[in-house]
Amino acid sequence: MTIAAPSPSPEAPLGGRAAHDVEIVDVTKRFGSVVAVDRMNLRIANGAFYSFLGPSGCGKTTTLRMIAGFEQPTSGEIMLAGQPVAGIPPYRRNVNTVFQHYALFPHMDVIQNVGYGLRQRNVGRTEELERAGRALELVRLTGYEHRRTWELSGGQQQRVALARALVNQPTVLLLDEPLGALDLKLRKEMQLELKALQQEVGITFVYVTHDQEEALTMSDVIIVMNEGRILQEGSPTELYERPVDTFVANFIGVSNPIKGKVTAFDAATHRAEIESAGGLRIAGVVTDRAARPAAGTEVTVAVRPERLRVDAAGTPEPEGSGWVSVPGRIEQGTYLGEQTEYRIATDVVGELIVRRQNAAGAAQHVGPGDAVVVRWQEEANLVLVD
Amino acid sequence: MSAPALAGESAVGRLASAPRRPQLDRGGIAVEVWLRVQASLVYAFLYLPIAIVVVFSFNANSLATIWTGFSVNWYPTALANSVVQNALANSFIVAIPNAILATLFGTMAALGLQRVPRRVRIVFDAVTYVSIIIPEIVIALATLVLYATGFGFIEDTFGIKLRFGHVTIIAAHMLFNTSLVLLLVRARLSGMDRTLVEASADLFATPWRTFRQITFPQLLPGIMAGFLLAFTFSFDDYVITTFTSGPGSSTLPLWVFGQVKRSVSPETNAVATIMLLFTLAMLFVGQFLLLRNSRRTQGRGGAGMAGMIAEQR
Ligand SMILES: Nc1ncnc2c1ncn2[C@@H]1O[C@H](COP(=O)(O)OP(=O)(O)O)[C@@H](O)[C@H]1O
Ligand SMILES: [Mg+2]
Repeated sequence: MTIAAPSPSPEAPLGGRAAHDVEIVDVTKRFGSVVAVDRMNLRIANGAFYSFLGPSGCGKTTTLRMIAGFEQPTSGEIMLAGQPVAGIPPYRRNVNTVFQHYALFPHMDVIQNVGYGLRQRNVGRTEELERAGRALELVRLTGYEHRRTWELSGGQQQRVALARALVNQPTVLLLDEPLGALDLKLRKEMQLELKALQQEVGITFVYVTHDQEEALTMSDVIIVMNEGRILQEGSPTELYERPVDTFVANFIGVSNPIKGKVTAFDAATHRAEIESAGGLRIAGVVTDRAARPAAGTEVTVAVRPERLRVDAAGTPEPEGSGWVSVPGRIEQGTYLGEQTEYRIATDVVGELIVRRQNAAGAAQHVGPGDAVVVRWQEEANLVLVD
Repeated sequence: MSAPALAGESAVGRLASAPRRPQLDRGGIAVEVWLRVQASLVYAFLYLPIAIVVVFSFNANSLATIWTGFSVNWYPTALANSVVQNALANSFIVAIPNAILATLFGTMAALGLQRVPRRVRIVFDAVTYVSIIIPEIVIALATLVLYATGFGFIEDTFGIKLRFGHVTIIAAHMLFNTSLVLLLVRARLSGMDRTLVEASADLFATPWRTFRQITFPQLLPGIMAGFLLAFTFSFDDYVITTFTSGPGSSTLPLWVFGQVKRSVSPETNAVATIMLLFTLAMLFVGQFLLLRNSRRTQGRGGAGMAGMIAEQR
């Protein structure tokens, strides 16, 4: 589909696009005494799906609004397609937004909504209708041209909002929790659709969400934020498998925290040996590449529930080296369909949460009250220095 | 997005919007009946006088209070009366410019107040409300005094002699009507979704184009309601009009009152009935336009004109 093939934006320097669609350089935004965004540095590359992920109030919307031009940074600089945009109003930025509640114009029908941006740029009537028509085709709303927007379902309104933004071929498309108002099933569908759409049109998407699963499903790059700061930036795999601190480890997925002290740190392999409060000696990689924890540093070792296995007490240790074994007792088993979640009380490391796939043949006869051994391989240990 | 999803949504909507009435026992039914009788009596009380005026406008007898038979003759008689014609023309000459100007000024003031800091706005809001509840007779007297002294001053200093007439009535009516329009448009503005304006700017519209294409269409129902109310107020106002009219500028209400002082004739009743029908027609048109528009603008002001007014808290 040619409609949204990335074209050089008006701001792009001669000879093609800048390497980065958006650059955020040392940007701080204050509202009175509230610091909504705190010295943020970020570069957003061409054509990828980026997500800002963080709890409510952490400054995601504010960041988006600064990119769109609705807010001005208190300090620092924002560049779009390589050009600084300080003082340039939203209507002169080649950026479009999909608003959380769609913000469709109620007194216009669907095609008028979609063609709105083109009309402001004085594209001719024929071209406007043609491009708007193709945008509707892209979001699979052909045939809805003359519907009233309030007659459409939530999902359809969402698509109109998308088409209305994409038809302008923006340098970046900003989306502020656009699926928040939809029910769960529709949200899942739209997540996949959005991802496919982004790949089809090749426009850079910057997506805001507080839902980690949504971010994991769609993003090429996730930027985890808290209290106005970026904690970590990386691919979904990187964030899940190598979270830099406990906030990220707990925000993305679930993890079992084991508190302990560093006894030795090897800078070459970036591994640390730890003695837990309960006396368990374990080793693991320190996830934060910048950290050099000295002996005695308090750390948290995080282990993902699906990396743990539960064996009946007395089962011999599996083959291979690097197994950690902790005896315990099952307190609760919750059947979750495709998997079962166990809560296991241990003397050494407190309560552990274990998730086991209910695959064929996986049935093991363990239930509440049974004595068990929880085992995992050392490579599952994530040493978090906070 | 799919048809089943749509059907599901509306089914849920229907369930939610149809709460079951509680079952009543006998005592409950008695109370219910009595409450309805009461309400009917109140409405009868409200509309009985009007009903009588309308009925007696069809009285064949020239003495309005004695019914002798049915006749529609008073209507052509009234409309052929050159004094009535004159008064009717005056009413329009006053009401139309008044409604146009009040709507224009009220809308401008409402837009201006939108971006003012909250504290300042509260003061202006208070001033607006007060100007609406000030007794009409006080406004009438105040404007009369202002005109009298002002005209005297102008004559003394510039030698220009100003007279009471249509312009003085229009200006006095606008005191009340501008505030009324202001309130209606303010309600509309504050109920408007701010993100629509942002969405428009996001889609490359300059502030002026945003106003023209988004803000103004959203305000239109409020502006129309304001226009119609301003017109009807001016059209049937008596108190302010008597104080500020001059020779030859008598409006229909003034003529009616002049008639009543002598004796109530069916002709007067006919004129009153015509005014009543005209006002109702205006209200009906306004209500219709508002309802049609409110469906387009996210169901706000669903109760039409009455809703617009009730939204003023
Ligand atoms: N216009 C504003 N005035 C004052 N405070 C604001 C404004 N916008 C945002 N904030 C504050 O800035 C912080 C970040 O808000 P926001 O960016 O909306 O967070 P998020 O989108 O991540 O939920 C919050 O504490 C919020 O209260
Ligand atoms: Mg937000």
